[in-house]
Amino acid sequence: MSKILGLTGNEAIAYAAKQSNVDVVAAYPITPQTIMVEAFSEYVHNGEVNSEFVCVESEHSAMSACIGASLTGARVFTATSSQGLALMHEMLYIASGLRCPIVMGVANRALSAPINIHGDHSDMMGSRDCGWLQIYVENVQEAYDWTIQAFKIAEDPKVLLPVSVNIDGWSLSFSMERVKVLEDDEVAKFLSTRKPILTIDPDKPITVGALCLTDYYFETKRQQVEALEETAKVISRVNKEFWSLTGRQYSSIDTYGLEDAEAAIICLGGTAGTAKTVAENLRSHGKKVGVIKPWVYRPFPTMEIAKATKHLKALVVLDRACSFGAPYSSLCNDIVATLYQNGKKLNVSNLVYGLGGRDIAPFDIEDVFKEALKMAETGLVKEPLKFIGVRE
Amino acid sequence: MVTLKELTVEELFTSGHRLCAGCGAGTIARMTLKALKGPTIVVNATGCLEVSSTVYPFTSWKIPWVHVAFENAAAVASGIESAYKALAKRNAWNKHVDIIAFAGDGGTFDIGIQALSGALERGHDFLYICYDNEAYMNTGIQRSGATPHGAATTTSPAGKKIPGKPEFKKDFIGICAAHGIKYAATASPAYWNDYISKVQKGLEVKGPAVLHVFSPCPLGMRYDSEKSIEMARLAVQTRYWPVYEVEDGKYKLNIKVPNPKPVVDFLQPQGRFRHLFQPQFQKELEVIQQWVDANWKRITTLCEEA
Repeated sequence: MSKILGLTGNEAIAYAAKQSNVDVVAAYPITPQTIMVEAFSEYVHNGEVNSEFVCVESEHSAMSACIGASLTGARVFTATSSQGLALMHEMLYIASGLRCPIVMGVANRALSAPINIHGDHSDMMGSRDCGWLQIYVENVQEAYDWTIQAFKIAEDPKVLLPVSVNIDGWSLSFSMERVKVLEDDEVAKFLSTRKPILTIDPDKPITVGALCLTDYYFETKRQQVEALEETAKVISRVNKEFWSLTGRQYSSIDTYGLEDAEAAIICLGGTAGTAKTVAENLRSHGKKVGVIKPWVYRPFPTMEIAKATKHLKALVVLDRACSFGAPYSSLCNDIVATLYQNGKKLNVSNLVYGLGGRDIAPFDIEDVFKEALKMAETGLVKEPLKFIGVRE
Repeated sequence: MVTLKELTVEELFTSGHRLCAGCGAGTIARMTLKALKGPTIVVNATGCLEVSSTVYPFTSWKIPWVHVAFENAAAVASGIESAYKALAKRNAWNKHVDIIAFAGDGGTFDIGIQALSGALERGHDFLYICYDNEAYMNTGIQRSGATPHGAATTTSPAGKKIPGKPEFKKDFIGICAAHGIKYAATASPAYWNDYISKVQKGLEVKGPAVLHVFSPCPLGMRYDSEKSIEMARLAVQTRYWPVYEVEDGKYKLNIKVPNPKPVVDFLQPQGRFRHLFQPQFQKELEVIQQWVDANWKRITTLCEEA
């Protein structure tokens, strides 16, 4: 029996963490994530959960405490955004390096300077090589669904890596949607309690976080690469289990209209929803357009993207972050590498949009599709990297 | 106070580590683990003790030991303590675990003070031990907030114009005590029974406790390595390092020094103060003696001993 609740993106992630029976939450408030922390504090203060809530004095300490708790064998959740994620940066690498299956909700927000509190993907993109699994969602339902799945993926003995569930700051974090939620016991059955392999147990003393020099460090990093490769299989298995429980189907990428599309947009997060709506309208007028949305950004779904782009003639990559001085921005760098690796010569243009929360409207997306169709027709890419919706 | 007979002969901090000969941190770690009463976890901030005792695939620690980073030993300890509480709630753990965080003066006075302050304010049940060798010795002797006035370090060198560090040492115990914690104390490894008793007291206290222990460093303070305990004793006997405790806000002097030696007796054997003995900088010796006298007066007044 599924029931429906009205939840914002922040509330949905907090609710999913609650149902996942997390042992420890260590978190610090930051706009636009704060409601996740507030909602969880309410659960604690109303006795709705048994979790320990550590109200730390900074995001750096939040992640530090999460690492300590995770190494002890606890199920751990935290949340952050923007500057908070940047402050955690050092700890993100240690969380993955010490193989801590922490789940973190991230309400993506622009990075200073100048200070800005609105949505874009600069924060997580700035930490994209930190060894975490990174999931981007389109709506509140997906935020809820992926958070529950994230615990199962992270804690899998083949994975043991932290996971970030990214929602667009403001447009998802504060938007209320109808969300189909599971019963508590259904989630408990799906997840069960964490079964850690190695912990800092006084009965079986181990040393964690030793100094690894030129003789061992490289091997530990190689093992992380392998673990991330294994992760793809685990994600797929967990997605299937979740599908049979809820009827909601997930995989590493989501596609729309690709059966016959000649031109497509690829983007992360909520913008994919707008793109799908515009594509639907254009397709009803006979335009062959489609949308690709990676749910999983790390590990990058290379094979799936290669397959999805196989029949395309043109692809526009929408990036909501700026990779200063690079030939393309973050997502597009990965896409171009994927295409090249798979011997696919495809006309690609990269559009950077929506920095600092600037809206991207359906008519903007329509223009993007029209340009993509022109690219497909002419085979010409006028400008490989462009900025849209900005005064120049 | 604890007696030798009461101490375990078992070495939980084993030999074979790569600390320098005469390193105070190794002695302090060994003595600390002699004080344990039950299951204990050590959290170690980045620093000499950490890098020298756990060179993978070796470890000197026979109890669970965790190193995460430099500035966050107190935050990591918070997470471990909270996890045990949570595990106990769902019957996945049923024993009390003592948690000890070790950090040097850099990891405590400077980069780690925020995480420590947060953990003290939140009241986690753990013992924080700052082994203070008065500079960033691990990275090659740079000045910290714990480096005393006049000491030469690589970032406060004995220059022709500025003779060593111009600033004075922070009142670290004062900062900790101001958080209203139940127990904070200073110690010196030369007075081993005082120190070990304080470790035991710190572990017994419910909530956070802090120890600030002088850690002689032959390399950074520049004296002969066999003189470490002598230096640790001179620090106390010159009143440079008052040994006291603050229990429930009440200060108590633990080692009385009725006939103090002049502070130069402590300074002279140390290469880091050698430049102060040149005629043009000798007035700095008086400045240090004045600081020692004033600090002693302040502490003993708080202890109602003055």
